Amino acid sequence: MNIRELKQNARDYGMYIALMVIMVLFTILSGGIFMSPRNLSNLFDQTGYVAVLAVGMTLVLIIKHIDLSVGFVAGFLGAIAAMLMRVGAPMPLVLLITVAVGCLIGMYHGWLVASMGVPSFVASLASMFIFRGALLRITEGSGTIIVNSKFFNALGNGFIPDPFKGENLHLLTLAIGVAAIALFVVGEFRNRTQKKKYNFETQTMDMFIGKLVFISALILYFCWQLAQYNGISWTVVIVIVVVAIYHFFMNNTVLGRHVYAVGGNSEAAELSGIKVNAVTFFVFASMSTLSALAGILYTARLQSATTTAGVGFELDAIASAYVGGVSASGGVGKVTGTIIGAIVMSSLSNGMNLLGVGISYQYIVRGLVLVAAVLFDVQSRRVKI
Amino acid sequence: MGKTILEMSHITKEFPGVKALDDVTFKVEEGEIHFLVGENGAGKSTLMKVLSGVYPHGTYSGDIVLDGKVQQYNSIRDSEHAGLAIIYQELALVPDLSVYENIYLGNEQRKGRLIDWNETIRKAKLQLEKVGLDVDPSAKIRSLGVGKQQLIEIAKALSKDVRLLILDEPTAALNEDDSDNLLNLILELKKQGVTCIMISHKLKEVMKIADTVTVLRDGKTVNTFGRAELSEELIIKNMVGREIENIYPKRQNKAIGDVRFEVKNWTAYDYSVSRQILTDMNINVRKGEILGIAGLMGAGRTEFALSVFGNPKHYKVSGELFVDGKKTEIKHPLDAIKAGIAYVSEDRKKDGLILDQDVKQNLSIASLKELVSRFVINKNEEIRVAEEYRKNLKIKTPSIESKVRKLSGGNQQKVSLGKWLLVDPDILILDEPTRGIDVGAKYEIYTIMNRLVEEGMSIIMISSELPEILGMSDRIYVVCEGKITGEVSGEEATQEKIMKMATV
Repeated sequence: MNIRELKQNARDYGMYIALMVIMVLFTILSGGIFMSPRNLSNLFDQTGYVAVLAVGMTLVLIIKHIDLSVGFVAGFLGAIAAMLMRVGAPMPLVLLITVAVGCLIGMYHGWLVASMGVPSFVASLASMFIFRGALLRITEGSGTIIVNSKFFNALGNGFIPDPFKGENLHLLTLAIGVAAIALFVVGEFRNRTQKKKYNFETQTMDMFIGKLVFISALILYFCWQLAQYNGISWTVVIVIVVVAIYHFFMNNTVLGRHVYAVGGNSEAAELSGIKVNAVTFFVFASMSTLSALAGILYTARLQSATTTAGVGFELDAIASAYVGGVSASGGVGKVTGTIIGAIVMSSLSNGMNLLGVGISYQYIVRGLVLVAAVLFDVQSRRVKI
Repeated sequence: MGKTILEMSHITKEFPGVKALDDVTFKVEEGEIHFLVGENGAGKSTLMKVLSGVYPHGTYSGDIVLDGKVQQYNSIRDSEHAGLAIIYQELALVPDLSVYENIYLGNEQRKGRLIDWNETIRKAKLQLEKVGLDVDPSAKIRSLGVGKQQLIEIAKALSKDVRLLILDEPTAALNEDDSDNLLNLILELKKQGVTCIMISHKLKEVMKIADTVTVLRDGKTVNTFGRAELSEELIIKNMVGREIENIYPKRQNKAIGDVRFEVKNWTAYDYSVSRQILTDMNINVRKGEILGIAGLMGAGRTEFALSVFGNPKHYKVSGELFVDGKKTEIKHPLDAIKAGIAYVSEDRKKDGLILDQDVKQNLSIASLKELVSRFVINKNEEIRVAEEYRKNLKIKTPSIESKVRKLSGGNQQKVSLGKWLLVDPDILILDEPTRGIDVGAKYEIYTIMNRLVEEGMSIIMISSELPEILGMSDRIYVVCEGKITGEVSGEEATQEKIMKMATV
């Protein structure tokens, strides 16, 4: 393998390697607690709502905009959901209303940015104030709104049932893991034969097999660990579904490709017949819709809506996307990368918490990781291969 | 007169692959108005950039001698210190700052460490008087017309005690009154002893105020004339006097059909520069025809193309547009595509390509909808189509998954063209289709164009290169200052005829 290929791979898999290093490091330092089934399960659930936000943020950043309002929009909509649950509305209706309101908020942002030409930084900053106020308004009277519904709270705390009734192992989780590996391997092989057929650049066979084995082992390991605890949680299921939908959307639909085109060169996109304003509008609508989902997950996780829900979510989401390889200059980024970025960021918090590192240092370390990730991105882009 | 103030001797400047200036010698006498003329790409602007230090000493060969001393400028600042000031086509004013702030920008009037604003305003008033401009010094630049802005640029130059003023097409963006104003000012400055070098395409102006004219062609000095011997014919002959090389492939069977596309009374107003950019244009193109649109840079050709192609710059457009005899409304490039019109942009990097995406994605971006089955892009089909066009257009690339950024200019241009061939248009507008690409790639693009019209497409080709216009077009419109100033058939056209119509 030559230097050039190594560089290319470093850019594509850099964050996976970074995640590995972080996980191994914390496992050693914590004497194995970090990788324990219980902690891993906890880690993934903690990542859930940020991961959902980060997926939406990936699209926003790709088209060179930003949405600062996601934290408080999530907090506000989480409180709305809690309130509706409290007054006894049926859960499907609550979820539907919350998500619909999120979509409306997003359309309002899209209208401001795309049609009115308000810079997204300002438009979303304004919404950050507005929805912070709205959240306070709702929770002012009662303080924390507690949700009693077992089904609702399961979204943040519950696990999928095991129809196989494993003794100490969650067998469905293992089955899902094996199925995922099978799908992954078959997909990669088909992809590779196709690329070969058209003479595209492909990895060397060793590299390719190495990658397959490595990723399969990872999936299996995590599923094994989770199976030893309570299995896959509903939060993880939701995140995986969101990622799958967005990943497919970005790569296989016209609108998804238009999002990349607008981010890559909006003038060229417009002149290619793409309605840049419409794409922008859509991306903001999708962002706040996902904020609603994140709000629901957060409320379910805490089993209540609090006055401080949403503080700093937007920053975690933006950081996750950048760490996950979204280009700081737009046009480039993957939803799957963002998820890894989100896991990196929450692994850092989780690991440092286990080690008893103070919150002050935690922020500093996460900041340094963010700057390192973006530095890496900027540098690797500068290298003309 | 008589004393030489500036002498540039044996200046050669090379860019990768191109010799922009080749042993140019250029001499200016003190107190004269010296015009530098030549076709687009003749090297006028490059020469002035060498002179003003934009291209620092050492990046070119040859000597610049000012007042008998050899000069070595490393930046514009150095040349400004020596008393040179250059005013570019694109004005370098900050629109949201006031007139006085702009005049003294980078040359702040200080008292101690702080800026003395009162002194600045007082001096700015004096400078404005010098250029005969009656505006409030605290007015924002944005609120002034282009003509006044141009005068403020000159005032800014004068504030630096300039001795040699260089103006790069100062009247290109001005209307007639503003142009006259400016020319009078230059005559006035001449009386005050300021030497002036002007680049211009407008021969009327040249005839009106020039003392001396130097003609550049293909990076070489062709000739220098004094006022006594000047005539428009002489200048034009010297500007274009080059043989058309045989680089234009012959078309096999010409079959020109009915009118396919037509605009009537097409007029456009650009709010961003507060100027009418197109006036009452009437253009039609027939089936199987290559229609050339000639004219100089800034004549309004690209603006015409954009205003027809969905008007992305939001000009105020009036007039009627017909496709196949049917009146058509086009409000977005998407409408244009649906009407069968495609536009290959002038600046492929800025407006045409997404450099960080691969060849395949760039080719398919305008026609993704054709590749969709059941809401999903059929990626196999996308690859098949991209491969087909790579072969047809002979795009040289390692694979269709290579980033467009890595391709050469000619191959990038082919990708840009291929994108539009994928949508299978009836009318193809090509804006400077061969700018900045080598002769081999040019030939290939011409061959593709011939093939397309043989298959019945109509091509509108906008080009600044006269040989290309003459070599390829069946019919030619000439545009000058947003108006059609002439129409000739391909057989009757000569470079002199076109140049004359393009410089009225």
